[in-house]
Amino acid sequence: MPYLDHAATTPVLPEVIAEITSALAERGNPSSLHASGRRARRRVEESRETIAAALGARPSEVVLTAGGTEADNLAVKGIYWARRAADPRRRRVITSSVEHHAVLDAVEWLAEHEQADVTLLPVDRHAVVAPEALRAAIEADPGDVALVSVMWANNEVGSVQPVAELAAVAHEYGVPFHTDAVQAVGAVPVDFAACGVDALTMTGHKLGGPVGAGALLLRRDVACVPLQHGGGQERDVRSGTLDVPGAVGLAGATRIAVERRAEVAARVAALRDDLVTRVLAAVPDARLNGHPTDRLPGIANLTFPGCEGDALLMLLDAAGVECSTGSACSAGVAQPSHVLIALGAGPAEARGTLRFSLGHTSTRADVDAAVAALVPAVARARRAGLTSVSA
Amino acid sequence: MRVLAAMSGGVDSAVATARAVDAGHDVTGVHLALSAAPATLRHGARGCCTLEDANDARRAADVLGIPFYIWDLAERFREDVIDDFVDEYAAGRTPNPCLRCNEKIKFSAVLDRALALGFDAVATGHHARLADGRLRRSVDQAKDQSYVLAVCTADQLAHAMFPLGDITKAEVRAEAARRGLAVADKPDSHDICFIADGDTRAFLTRRLGERDGPIVDAASGQELGRHHGSFGFTVGQRRGLDLQRPAPDGEPRYVLAIRPVDNTVVVGPRDQLAAHVVEAERVVWTSGQAPAGDLECDVQLRAHGMTSTASVRVDGHRVVAELREPQTGVAPGQALVLYDGDEVVGSATITAAHAAVPSTLGQL
Repeated sequence: MPYLDHAATTPVLPEVIAEITSALAERGNPSSLHASGRRARRRVEESRETIAAALGARPSEVVLTAGGTEADNLAVKGIYWARRAADPRRRRVITSSVEHHAVLDAVEWLAEHEQADVTLLPVDRHAVVAPEALRAAIEADPGDVALVSVMWANNEVGSVQPVAELAAVAHEYGVPFHTDAVQAVGAVPVDFAACGVDALTMTGHKLGGPVGAGALLLRRDVACVPLQHGGGQERDVRSGTLDVPGAVGLAGATRIAVERRAEVAARVAALRDDLVTRVLAAVPDARLNGHPTDRLPGIANLTFPGCEGDALLMLLDAAGVECSTGSACSAGVAQPSHVLIALGAGPAEARGTLRFSLGHTSTRADVDAAVAALVPAVARARRAGLTSVSA
Repeated sequence: MRVLAAMSGGVDSAVATARAVDAGHDVTGVHLALSAAPATLRHGARGCCTLEDANDARRAADVLGIPFYIWDLAERFREDVIDDFVDEYAAGRTPNPCLRCNEKIKFSAVLDRALALGFDAVATGHHARLADGRLRRSVDQAKDQSYVLAVCTADQLAHAMFPLGDITKAEVRAEAARRGLAVADKPDSHDICFIADGDTRAFLTRRLGERDGPIVDAASGQELGRHHGSFGFTVGQRRGLDLQRPAPDGEPRYVLAIRPVDNTVVVGPRDQLAAHVVEAERVVWTSGQAPAGDLECDVQLRAHGMTSTASVRVDGHRVVAELREPQTGVAPGQALVLYDGDEVVGSATITAAHAAVPSTLGQL
């Protein structure tokens, strides 16, 4: 079955399944002092070193979490609280209008409950934040900024942000910089030390690892107040018994994804480009969203005027082709994508959008099936669009 | 056939969907999100379209192994059902929103979209029988919903499927349990789905604002009390009048008429409530064709009960029914549904009810 939704989650690598399975069979809490605990601790620390090595970080900078959402919340809220505690004027969070909800909603929560002020950076028509826009936002009052958070690559349209430049601008003013790199790790080169960011979110299940295992790469000199309290694991920033199989799976997947990145990315990008070319040829008024060149290799976000994305998704699903509308789900009802709205799309256009995302298991046959199913689906959805159930 | 099953999250639609699957159809489940701001959890039997209902529907679809989607029809529902409901009350009539939802949403917006997307029919969990274009009452008289479906045209019914008509509600629950559907013992929904607290008058007051006016006695013209908006009343209503003084004859008073023009509620004794003649318009003939002449048939004037045999005169889009057994509390805005035995012949919207033969009848 053609699976074109790798940005939602991608199949776990067989090698990683083997490593997780063997770890699951082992006994021991890494915090215990006896032999079983020491063995478990060794597995976790080796995993931490593997992750650090793959991403240009030091092992002590790797804070293991239960996934990307937790890492984003820890970075945004934890750094905000720490910065505000050091200077009560620092209550402003600067982020972009195209962030994942794990960042946007965390920031919104800070605004509602923790007196944060929010500056949403605009993006250009390709969903890219300009460093000058960040500079202007900080310049408005450099003394009140708690942190800046801008994603490395967008999960819906795939555009890659100039993260190193943005981080450099923030650092000119002494402001810490976090980036959500969930979609970027394993897809584009990511080097924690070289890019200069202070905190970076990554997760396992977007790169061939397990769901529920992620990490926040956090510089040692960046203060971060914990979200959860307990046994004091992970530098006292993230309490909770360490998940040995999760750490092992995350490490294995990160290592393999980074090792194979160049080869897989080239192959996936070629398939993606072929998909886009053929879809645009078959549906001439379809439009490709996102940056034309500076983008993730696997993502093709396409708008089909006159169609509802929901209808297209249903028709493709019935034809065995799996993709996503790229829209967020609020109380069970699909909302127009905030990313497409930020790019200037109207609500109707935003609703008529599909995200195809390819990954390490994608094949030419997947692309062929998607193109074959899409053409009749668009024709049908257009007819249904005329009797659209909502404006 | 490719069938789109409307799944509310309740037991009826879950079993109806299961039966459509068993019949060999290619079934896709759809939950209609009708509330602009869906609540997270249900409150007893009231409310609808909560996230919990959507999850119940999805869970049932998963058990049945069929694809499932949520369609957002909140805007259409607000325009065609909720706003219509408010407008009707404001005009002194008593609408039936379930009927309107079937007419405008389930067998219009949803059906149109389903047909455009390649489906052949829409299945629902209504208790009614449908075969060869003949719409009939459910075998479960107590749960029969043919009244709120009678507004559907022949074209709409040609693409409808009601798999529950030949079983009772008790059998539906037993079947749900047998099939392992978790909604088997979920409470029935009652009242109006978009008025979660069940307080229709408060809902209308929020929408229309308070407008004080008199409650007058039909015979004497005497003001017996005040109200906060004539829209809050229904013909036949006795409770909630809060009359400040008793009627001259000391008998209980009932709402006889609502006059939105001067914001007046007219009340009178029960015997004046009896309607012998009911006029209705916007008639829909279930077969698609008007009968050749006048009819001797049964009529039903409310969703539950209020039935009588009648002589019905047909005049284009209007019908006038002379009731053999006079009915009390016939409210303009409700449907007059015509039955031949248990088969629906047609439906029309009640415009007026009279104690005796109205003068206009002579002009027919």
